[in-house]
Amino acid sequence: MAKLIKPSVLLIALLPFFILLLRIARNDLGPDPAQELSIETGEWTLRFLLITLAMTPLRQITNQVVFVKHRRMLGLFALFYGSVHFLSWMTFLLGFRWFAIVEELLERPYITVGFSAFLILVALGVTSPKPMVRKLGKNWKRLHRLVYLAAVLGVIHLLWILRTDITEAVLYGSILTGLLGYRLLRFWWTQYNAGKIG
Amino acid sequence: MLIKKPSDIKTSEITPENVYKSRREFMLDGSKLMLGTMAGASLPATVLAQNGGALKARAPASMQRAAPAPWWAEKFSSIKPAPNSEPFFTGETLTPYRDVTHYNNFYEYGMDKGDPSANSNPSQPDPWSVAITGEVARPGTYNLEDILKPVDLEERIYRMRCVEAWSMVIPWIGFPLADLIKQFEPTSNARFIEFETLVDPDTMPGVTSRFAMVNWPYREGLRMDEAMNPLAFMAVGLYGNYLPSQNGAPMRLIVPWKYGFKGIKSIVRINFRETQPNTTWNDLQANEYGFYANVNPAVHHPRWRQDMERRLPQTLFSRQHIETQLFNGYGEQVAHLYNGMDLARNF
Repeated sequence: MAKLIKPSVLLIALLPFFILLLRIARNDLGPDPAQELSIETGEWTLRFLLITLAMTPLRQITNQVVFVKHRRMLGLFALFYGSVHFLSWMTFLLGFRWFAIVEELLERPYITVGFSAFLILVALGVTSPKPMVRKLGKNWKRLHRLVYLAAVLGVIHLLWILRTDITEAVLYGSILTGLLGYRLLRFWWTQYNAGKIG
Repeated sequence: MLIKKPSDIKTSEITPENVYKSRREFMLDGSKLMLGTMAGASLPATVLAQNGGALKARAPASMQRAAPAPWWAEKFSSIKPAPNSEPFFTGETLTPYRDVTHYNNFYEYGMDKGDPSANSNPSQPDPWSVAITGEVARPGTYNLEDILKPVDLEERIYRMRCVEAWSMVIPWIGFPLADLIKQFEPTSNARFIEFETLVDPDTMPGVTSRFAMVNWPYREGLRMDEAMNPLAFMAVGLYGNYLPSQNGAPMRLIVPWKYGFKGIKSIVRINFRETQPNTTWNDLQANEYGFYANVNPAVHHPRWRQDMERRLPQTLFSRQHIETQLFNGYGEQVAHLYNGMDLARNF
């Protein structure tokens, strides 16, 4: 049973990607497929970041170790969807015009913010294999705390591109606030219990 | 022994250079002509099949809408077809009827592009009245039927460039805005014209959304000389058929040299005034959306580029990224309106 969990998580995490491929093949992304593809892959990046960030609280609340066993894979899926998002933006929205890509990265704050989040995910992905964890020692944990920053930047990126309807940004922002707030409260609680504050 | 072989071709048979060159040009022109004819043939078959093919474009038979009232049918029975030349016509490939009617920004019906077609009433509202107010000799509330009585409907094929960097080519049915304005005899104080969209919480789910930061009703405006320009158009139909609600039924504005959001839909009020009116997008984000909103590839939206556009519909692997033109290609008709103005500041 436990053996089946990993491949199942893998398949489920790939499902949105396969659905997108199917929609591309069926020409089912609407009249402006470049835009649709960018929106979809961007949202899945943010969703996987939030799912990854939900794993530690879930383990702590339920006492089930299973939740953190696949945390790394889920984080890598955030990187995967982020890469597809970045590539489809470069290819389908900007048509690989290099000057335009560079100009956009530097001059549009929401793109700079999104790109920074992507660079963080790349750094975390590269340092995620076990040998790297050992090699980096204490610094690994410090480095990987940047995932919180990546998620915050991701929500800002989304909020910034929306034209008037901020429903989705509010939704993702609230979930992120909950996940980060939980950590903060738990930190304070343990400090309090240890008699350091209070 | 050397036998001198005469040339196979007599000099009299050799075609002089100027003749064969002109012959080649003739053939090239001929093939261009053929291509042109084929482009014409690629218009929907229904265009030619119905009503003697008078109009250049018609909605597919299966998607044609019923007349909202008999007077509409009568009005639509005589429509002057689009000419064959710019600016009231473009030979660019038309955006299919289905995309024009199912990919819309009309936030009163919802924020997604598919919301307006999904949420709006499929039958067009009738009767409809429009309040004419402000600096006019003949203010009042008029029935749309009466407003349309003196005007002649015509077909125009315009490019439409959305501020979101996509564009369409749409065959509208309507009449020059100037013909509407003249009916109400604006006074000399009327320097601007202001339009307002219907707000109806019962039929427009978007106007009750808490997260849409729009201060309804949607408002747009033009300077009087812009409004009197022959390109400014009031549309009451598209593809030879009645205007669907999602496209702004029963009457909406078309200003093809400006970004699409200037083309206010489902108009219920037209106000003539001395001062520049507030407009919805300008109120929301003044640094992103100006009052003029002229299509300009050199002035980028703060959050995205405007030098290229995605002509819809697209597929991912046969993309049409085309260069955006100043005034959406209508500069010859409208550039003079902005003489001496800094278009980067008055965007």
